[in-house]
Amino acid sequence: MAEIAEDGGGGHGKGGKKRAKKQSTRIDMTPMVDLAFLLLTFFVLTSTFSKPKSMELTFPAPPDDPTKQPAIKNAITFLLTKDDRIFYYEGEFRAADDDKGAKTALKETSFGQEGLHKYLAEKNKWLHENIKKLDEKLQNKQLADTTYKRMVKEAKASKETPTFLIKTDDKATYKNVIDLIDELNINVVGKYVVVDMIKPEFDMVNEKTGG
Amino acid sequence: MTPMVDLAFLLVTFFMLTASFRMAEPVVVDAPSSIGEVTLPDNHIMVTIDKDGRAFFGISNAAAKMAALREMSKKYNVSFSEPQIKKFSGLPSFGVDIKDLPRYIDASENERTNFKPQRGVPNDSLKDPQLKDWISFGGAEAVKIYNEAKKTAEERNQELKAEKPRYAIKCDGQTKYMNVKGVIKTFTDLKIYQFNLITSLEGGGTVIHPKTP
Repeated sequence: MAEIAEDGGGGHGKGGKKRAKKQSTRIDMTPMVDLAFLLLTFFVLTSTFSKPKSMELTFPAPPDDPTKQPAIKNAITFLLTKDDRIFYYEGEFRAADDDKGAKTALKETSFGQEGLHKYLAEKNKWLHENIKKLDEKLQNKQLADTTYKRMVKEAKASKETPTFLIKTDDKATYKNVIDLIDELNINVVGKYVVVDMIKPEFDMVNEKTGG
Repeated sequence: MTPMVDLAFLLVTFFMLTASFRMAEPVVVDAPSSIGEVTLPDNHIMVTIDKDGRAFFGISNAAAKMAALREMSKKYNVSFSEPQIKKFSGLPSFGVDIKDLPRYIDASENERTNFKPQRGVPNDSLKDPQLKDWISFGGAEAVKIYNEAKKTAEERNQELKAEKPRYAIKCDGQTKYMNVKGVIKTFTDLKIYQFNLITSLEGGGTVIHPKTP
């Protein structure tokens, strides 16, 4: 726009023309780029990790009649208590021997591979084998996708699949509960539910832990 | 190199602008780990419980938070000024009695971390059910806002961007389960049965406990 032709008007000779030294117009951008990438990395990492993960859990609605205990067939009850200890019993709770069976005896297990994980894998064998069979059928295209989903659901709700009850006393920590639920999730169990501990169970646990 | 640098700066700008800085939470809570991979929904009502069993309450939606404070102020006869309500909407979760709340809001950020008494939101179902009221007012307002957003989206034939509010519980691993049970009881009393329990993501497949001595 504002260029002015600076030609003419002079009587300079050819040899007298002064030429500016050609200098590189590039500047060293490396430090700036370094900084840019540093900031980029920082923002990428902080923005993705700030979202916490969670596990969804549904609690049972309180029964209409609180005195009546719902009868659950094929139940396994976990009792959590202090010092990360975990007890369990199978079937219905019996405070004393009666005509239906002997008094409930608590067994102890531990969190981790050898204890809980092994026990759950064994108890859940029936469900796992069933799901495996269904998986194979799905792979061989003998089953439709929706049928597969329905049948897995049915297997989970079947009488053969144990229902897990989680009960805690006043000394158990939140971590124990989460770890147990997590282990149940890892083992793809059919049903589990967090419920309140009843007094005879509480006494039995206290007897085991010594107060 | 120039295109690459251009791109890098573009991304930097994008992330800087989208990043929202969270204020420091009043308590440090070390959540236990699990394999749960559900990310916490953006629209949530959260109760945080610390090691000592104190309950802290927070709502992610600022408008719902302000409305809930107005309702609470009416019910408990504690008055808040308009700037206080506005400031409150930007705060993270809090764990104080409603009577101390005006003082808590006016405090500077440093004073807030050492605020006394910070005994948690009272959760006595008979005498002082403040937590229950917070959850019930906050939940009602959040749902109202969601429904309005849904309605306007339907009227204008737009895609619904808002999420349904969810209830979340964040707890320290060492919290006694009894305290958590108390809060869950408060929720179930309000006929809310579905929660997101916040956990940190675990690397491995199985939980292996270090045996406590």
